[in-house]
Formats: sequence, structure tokens, C-alpha cells
Amino acid sequence: MSDVLRIEDLHVSVGGKLILRGVSLEIRRGEIHALMGPNGSGKSTLGMAIMGHPAYEVTEGRIELNGQDILSMDPHERARAGLFMAFQRPVAIPGVKMVDFLRHAATNIRRPDRKEGEELLPLREFRKELRAKMEQLRIDPEFARRYVNDGFSGGEMKRAEILQMAILRPKFAILDETDSGLDVDAVRLASQSIAEIGRREIGLLIITHHERLLEYNRPDFTHVMLGGRIVESGGPELAERLHREGYDSIRASYPEAAAYGDSLVKSAS
Amino acid sequence: MTQDLTYTRGFTPQNFEHFLTKRAEPEWLVGQRVAAWRVFERLPLPSPQQEDWRRTDLRLFKWNAFSLPEREAEVSLESLSAEGSEFVDPAMPLLDHVLLRQDGSLAGEVLFCGDRTLKHTLSDRWERRGVHFQPLDQAIGSRGAPSLIEKYFADALVDFSRDKFSALAAAAWATGVFLYVPRNVRVEEPFYAASVMLPGSSDLTRSLIILEENSEATLVVETASSPVVKVGPGGLHCGLTEVRVGPGARLRLVTLQNWDQNVWHFAQQRAQVAEQASLQWTVGALGARLAKVDQHVLLTGPDAQAEVNGVMFAEARQHLAYHTRQHHQVGHTKSDLLYKAALQDQSHLVWRGMIRVDQDAQKTDAYQRNDNLILSDHARVDSIPGLEIRAHDVRCTHGATTGRVDDEQVFYAATRGLTPNEAVQVVVLGFFQQVLDRITIDSVREALSAAITRRIRRCL
Repeated sequence: MSDVLRIEDLHVSVGGKLILRGVSLEIRRGEIHALMGPNGSGKSTLGMAIMGHPAYEVTEGRIELNGQDILSMDPHERARAGLFMAFQRPVAIPGVKMVDFLRHAATNIRRPDRKEGEELLPLREFRKELRAKMEQLRIDPEFARRYVNDGFSGGEMKRAEILQMAILRPKFAILDETDSGLDVDAVRLASQSIAEIGRREIGLLIITHHERLLEYNRPDFTHVMLGGRIVESGGPELAERLHREGYDSIRASYPEAAAYGDSLVKSAS
Repeated sequence: MTQDLTYTRGFTPQNFEHFLTKRAEPEWLVGQRVAAWRVFERLPLPSPQQEDWRRTDLRLFKWNAFSLPEREAEVSLESLSAEGSEFVDPAMPLLDHVLLRQDGSLAGEVLFCGDRTLKHTLSDRWERRGVHFQPLDQAIGSRGAPSLIEKYFADALVDFSRDKFSALAAAAWATGVFLYVPRNVRVEEPFYAASVMLPGSSDLTRSLIILEENSEATLVVETASSPVVKVGPGGLHCGLTEVRVGPGARLRLVTLQNWDQNVWHFAQQRAQVAEQASLQWTVGALGARLAKVDQHVLLTGPDAQAEVNGVMFAEARQHLAYHTRQHHQVGHTKSDLLYKAALQDQSHLVWRGMIRVDQDAQKTDAYQRNDNLILSDHARVDSIPGLEIRAHDVRCTHGATTGRVDDEQVFYAATRGLTPNEAVQVVVLGFFQQVLDRITIDSVREALSAAITRRIRRCL
């Protein structure tokens, strides 16, 4: 049986404000799900809640990985259980080289029972593996020696996130607007890379505004989020339609959700 | 046996008299000691009204907890580690507390315990070429270089009358490191010196490091306490260090203090860098209950350059006060100082930096930076950069930052499988990386990063 990530009736508050109002979603390993929706609809919140960010409080609902409750797990335990997120805005860690950071991460994820202070993966082999992955993703080998996300361009950051996914080989990965801030060629490259790494190996939840990231990652399912709910789900044709027509017709069909989303965006600004 | 180490409490004239008699030193030195002793007697404890001492509280310091060491018992490594010893845990060899002990080949090695020399080596190769590396008290004797020492002491860089602790060190120093490298001698291997203090003792030191014209050397000096539980009787260290890098010479100097956290540490350190000479000075500050260190670098000849690296980690109730000064006396000189510090628990750190450029020192290029990372709500930093510039055609920049470990960094690392502890360690080590990268001695870099890693506790 393949791995399943199941989200059920998820309610999430941030700073006392209810952002997700009952989200349900089931992803099987190897599937591609596109999650679309206007700003403020709660897409990134879903990602943060799945990864366990302490500021995102789950007030109702469940998230299970193969039937196991993950809400009771700390973020590092979730990562070791096989969850990954490529951040929309990856965080810089100055002074920490990519190779050292990834070696530590890969050790913990491949040996989920590793205790603090126990040995890391052998450096030479890890370097070799990293170099091969960087070559596959057409990333400059110099990258390994740079500090994590420190002084990276937008494109470099997103590619670094894909590289991390390639090394950590999660069961499920959330890609949070991995296309934002990239030019057309960079998005195509990112899309190709995701396809090479992810296809059939990883259950992908791709959060995006655009169709282009889906070019090489044709979704099996498309979900539209609005006002903290998934209001419509469909196949790849739904993504295409949204890309063509925008969200106006969806908003018109779900006025309450649209108004709720608008109120959140307004109160945030 | 430790019973033989008898101490008389207090710093009385009688004790000082006794100290002088026991040592039987040349007259010129006795004269200097007596003069310094008078200064010691005359000066009061530094008061919080003095700008330099405003942030350093000495109210709990008690002179009568310490005394001048007497010089009677013979101490060896074996006797200190011997079973039944009052202070030393036999399971823990004396030198377990030193961090930087070098594995590779050394040009020379000196190990002290208080005023006693436990080990002293100098390779024949360098001895034949006129290098001196030995405890300063021995260097005064006939098998040392008394005339050299007399010469440099007559024209000292350190100021005895700067404060009571400096005066005490000048009057009653028992030992210290003496390194002399003659002209054109380039010593490839490092020199290593370690000094280990016994609990309850006074460790008064004076060090003299001389590199003559076009010579080259690396010296690693480390001070620590003997292995004891943290609630010992404490200790007092007063030290004077004087470094002279002659024309065209190159010195890499590492001074690391890793005292027990009940030691009072007062140090005055002065380095002079001559024309076309370079000094790379790395300071490690990990130990002491209270440390007050004045570290001055003087650039006295054109094209002299100095790089100063500081790595500090304070915890518990430690108070570490480091005052640095980059003094450009002539033009076309360069200095570059970077001090990085992390603090946890209720520790308090003071960094006060000064770039001083004299009137004629045009084309000075000076840089000064202090970054601090606070790991607890109760730790405190006073970071005070300063410029005092009398010349008009200079480039002087300075900066200071104080920050915390960002929760978003910790979360990001956690989504990659790192525990919160590991994440904090990674972030803190990353913070120090910039200064560690500047240290060109691998073993020192590794030992410092390992020491920092061991200390970091999760405090978010």
C-alpha cells in the first residue's frame, strides 16, 4: 500500500485569527496535487500547519501520515517522518555552509532514530552524492560552499530548496510558490527539476498562482482554495481553466468564502 | 602533595619581602618589583567612577581571599594527578582542561602550574639558532637571556600604574611565557604554552614575546584551571603581556583563557607592530567569573598591519569585559578587528573598542566590529565602539550588532530534521564562522568551535 497524507477538517488560527476553516485533502505518494487560489486564501497556512510551525495553531481537525497522527509531533519529527516543504521565503542561516547543513539534515532524515551528537553521514560520500545531484539539477558546484540561503538571488533560493528536496527524498513535499519571483526560464528550469526529482517518488502539493510550474508536473488533482476552504477540486483541466479565466467565476460561486478571504487580506494590510 | 603548598593569606609587605628573598633575583629586577609594589600599595581598587570600570562590578572581590604564592613545594604532573590530592580529581588528568594542546610537532612547549614549570621543551634546531622559549622566571637566570629581558623591561610597553592589578602583576609576577626569535629566523612549527591554576591560588604572570626583524613564529598560549568542581575557592590571575613584532616580522598569536568560572582575571596586553610587520592575534574568552582585559595593539611603522580576532562565549553569571584599542601611531598602517560573542544564562559581556589615529597617521585603514548573539532573556551586552581620529586622510569604519537566534531559523532547520538544540547549535556556530574563518591555525579553529558547541544549551 502506498503512503498517504490525510488532512481532515483542518482549522488553523494564526495570532487568534482563524485562517483555515475546515480543509480536507488526501494525497498519495506519487500523486501531484495543485493547490491554487488568490492571495489570502490560506494556501501557505496549510503548508506551515502541516510542517508544524509553532505560530500556526490547529484548533480542529487532523493530519495523519499513514494513519499516524502528526499533529502531536515536533517539526523535526515530522521532517524525519517524511514531510518536506520548499519555502516561499527560505530563511538564511549565515555562516553555515549548504554542504554541512544538508549533511546534517540528510543524516537525521535517513536515520530518524539518530541522537544528538551521533555521527553524521561520511563527508566524502555525502559530498559525492551532493555533487551528482547538483549536476543533475544544473546547479553550480560552488553552491555547496555557500552559506544557507545567505545572499542568494530569488532563483538561487528556489533551486536550493529543490536541491534540498532531492537530497532529503521526502515522502511528501509541499512546494510553496516555488515559481514566485522567477523569470520564465527559471520557472521552466524549476519545473523540470521538480519533475526529475519528484515524479512518482514523492507526493507533491504544489502551491502556485501560475500554470507554468505545472508544465512538467501535470497535476493529477487541482484544488481551489478560497477563504480558508477548498471550494472546488478537479483534474488538470481545472488548473488550466483557472489559469485562463482567473478566480472571478469561483469567487462569484462562493461569495461567503470570497468575502472571508477579502476580510483577512484587508485586516492584514 | 598539595599540603606542601602553604599559603599565607593577604598581600602584606612581609609576604612580599619573603617573596623577594626566596627568589634571589638580579638587583635591577628587584628594584622594579619594589617600585611596582609601592604603586600597588598606593592605588585603590578601581572604582565604578572610572570610565573603564563603570560596567565591571568589583564589590565581591576580596583581597584577603588570596595571597602571594610561596615557592616551596616541588610540583610535578604526577603529584598533581596523584590519588589523595585535595583538589584534583584523579580520574581527570590535569591537562584535560586545556583545549588547544597541539598534537603535531612543536617548536617548543611549556606547561606551568601556578609558578611551577611542569614541562619545558625547545627543539634543538631552534635553540641552536638563538631562539629562546622558556618560563620567564628561568629566562632571568644564567641559562636564559637576562640581558635581553633587562633591556625590554627597561622600556616596557605595559603600564604598571594603570591599575592596582597591573601593579601587583609587575611587583610579584612568578612566571610567564618568554619567547624570543632572532633576526631572520622563521620558525615553522608552533610554540605552545599552557598554564593551569590551582584552586584558591594567585597566579601572577608576566609574558614577553619578541620577534626580531624578518622573523616568523606562531605562539599558542592557553590558561585554564585545574580540574575541580565549580564551587571551589576560586582564584586570582593578574597578568601583563607584552608583544613586539619587529620590522618585517610575522607573528600569529593565540591567547585563550578558559579559567574556571570562579576565577578573577585581570590582564593588560600590549602588542607593538613595526614597519612592514604583521600580527594576527586571536583571543579566546571562555572562562573566568570576572574578566577585565585590556588588549592594545600599537602600529608604529609604515605598512604595519594587525588582525585581531575575538571569540567569546559567556554563560552562567560570568562577567567578561574586553577593552580593545587599535592605535595607529604612523601612517599607511592597517588594523582589522572582529570580536564575536555569544551569551547565555545571566552572563554579562562588555566590549569597548577604540580606534585611535594619531595626527600624522595619514592613510590609516582601520576596521573594528563587534557582533553579539544573545541566547537568553537574562544575558546582557554592552557593546561600545569608539573612534578617536586626529588625522584627516584615513579610512576608519566600525560597527556593532547585537541579535538573537531567530525562531524562524530554528523552525526552518527543524523542517530539515534538526532538533531545536541542533538548530541553535548550527545557528550559533554559523554566527561564529566569520571569525573562525579568519583563524589560520586549524587546530585552534577546531578546538574553539568544539568548545562553543559543548557550551550551547537550548535557550529560546
